[in-house]
Amino acid sequence: MLKKIIVRLLSSLLVLWLAASATFAAIHALPGRIEDVLAGDLSYPGLREAIAAQWGLDHSLGWQYSHFLVRLLHGDLGTSYVMQQPVTEVLGSQVWPTVQLAVAAGLLAFAVAITVATLTAGRGAWSIRIASVLELAFTSTPVFWLGMLLLILLSFQWRLFPVSGAAGWRSLVLPAVTLALPTAGVLSQVMREALEQALDQPFVTTIRARGVGELALRVRHVLRHALLPVVTLGGWLIGSLLGGAVITEKMFGRPGIGTVTLNAVMSQDLPVVLAVVLLAAFIHVAISTLLDVAYLFIDPRLNTR
Amino acid sequence: MSSSNPARRELVLGRDTQAGTPVQAARRRKFWPPGVIASVVFLALLVFALVLPQWVTHYDPLVSVVTQSLQPPDAAHWFGTDRIGRDVFARVIYGARYSLLIGLASMLVSLAIGLVFGIAAGLGNRWVDEPASRVFDVLSAFPSILLSLFVVTFLGQGIINIAIAVGIAGIPKFGRVVRSRTQLVRRANYVTHAVTCGLSRRQVFFRHLLPNVLSAVPVIATIDIGAAIIAVSGLSFLGLGPQPPTPEWGVMLAESRDVLRVAWWPSVFPGLAITLTVIAFSVLGKYLQRNFEGRTQ
Repeated sequence: MLKKIIVRLLSSLLVLWLAASATFAAIHALPGRIEDVLAGDLSYPGLREAIAAQWGLDHSLGWQYSHFLVRLLHGDLGTSYVMQQPVTEVLGSQVWPTVQLAVAAGLLAFAVAITVATLTAGRGAWSIRIASVLELAFTSTPVFWLGMLLLILLSFQWRLFPVSGAAGWRSLVLPAVTLALPTAGVLSQVMREALEQALDQPFVTTIRARGVGELALRVRHVLRHALLPVVTLGGWLIGSLLGGAVITEKMFGRPGIGTVTLNAVMSQDLPVVLAVVLLAAFIHVAISTLLDVAYLFIDPRLNTR
Repeated sequence: MSSSNPARRELVLGRDTQAGTPVQAARRRKFWPPGVIASVVFLALLVFALVLPQWVTHYDPLVSVVTQSLQPPDAAHWFGTDRIGRDVFARVIYGARYSLLIGLASMLVSLAIGLVFGIAAGLGNRWVDEPASRVFDVLSAFPSILLSLFVVTFLGQGIINIAIAVGIAGIPKFGRVVRSRTQLVRRANYVTHAVTCGLSRRQVFFRHLLPNVLSAVPVIATIDIGAAIIAVSGLSFLGLGPQPPTPEWGVMLAESRDVLRVAWWPSVFPGLAITLTVIAFSVLGKYLQRNFEGRTQ
């Protein structure tokens, strides 16, 4: 068990180290001097000197690389040369609206998926057919178009929710629903499959024989089996919510990490994009690793293999 | 696998008892399910619109008639007109060209790179397999939209660059499938037999291994192209790909955002086109997956 945990942790560290190295290599692979690459179209007195000092450009490549890794380990993500302040400050000031959005969307997606899967799994052809058509529709719809449809119906026709901004909980509803539905489609597919497998298990017959009602059986006994495969999707879930936040924030004019990232891409503010990408990879890998380790405790069968 | 020893049965019957070629499978199954027929018809129409858009509509997607701006759908303009009086139906039809071709291009980028790395990983010893598999791990450690945005920051904006950016994000999907497929096929009986019969490595690779690895490609390619089309439309919506007045679906949606309050049609129809296209590809892909998985025995 301990060995498995250590192997898992080491391979995650390896992936993170490779991801950081890949971004470093990508910057150095670009044609032109690194000062020019990082500065983009900007130029003000002292900029190139500042970049050269920060990246240690007068040292050897090996020194630059180790310096880069040490900086990352200290949580120093560099400086935005467009906004002329440390990237950590830029992101820190914008992180809250994105966290709100991602958490709300994640919870909503889970709630929808659990409800749909519990109600439809193994219940005749028609309910499954309807559920799978809905899942197909939601997973095939671009996030921003879903947002537009919701805006047309709920904001312009019925005036239930504000059109944009980030003031109050009402402005959170539409972006969260928009971001949640495609995710809910995927989660519901996985969960229903798992539920159907669990419903075939002998213990279900035992519980039914005790006279437990169908809904109570599903909610209290079968659901926890169906949740396990979903837990492994946790890393993917966080990643897709973070990625989807870029488009959702743009769509609804919300402030947040997504908007910062998009502006940085537009102005070729490489340090900011680099930081966001590495941060997202870190969160994704860290969560997947934690879940995998937690899995070893939750499901003892994994240890015997 | 109905028989306890499929290889033995294969020898006895003298033919393949598994799914086999599309023709054999179609013979076994008389009718296509209605969803698959609808998808094939829809995609066929789309390809027709892509090749000969001028036969589908006589409007020019770029010509604006200012007096006709924001007309709701009617007999003259089936999908209405946009803010500067261009026919939305014509723009959706001409847009098929951009959206489908960019999606196809990025799928081909993922396919080409994923295939090379996947086959190398599946055939090689662990010194080849480990690094290649780590490449897939690293690429999939980044959320795909962010990875694409990162690549666009490097390469700059534009049609070709977003196709590459989306393609790079799709590499691990292909790579992992091709890798496990290659590992299955190289252990399959017909490959072992071919080696035993004394065929050279090159002959075994090109005659037996490669065709059976490639037989899995149409399935993943069909499923992936839908994801690629969504990703591409997202990047164009963000303004990183084709620029207005290009009638690309994502660009049209971005433009229609300003008139959302007064007109629903400029945004509903391009979005519907994306969604239906993606649904069609995914229905077709899942059908292919169920029926034509190819031989791994």
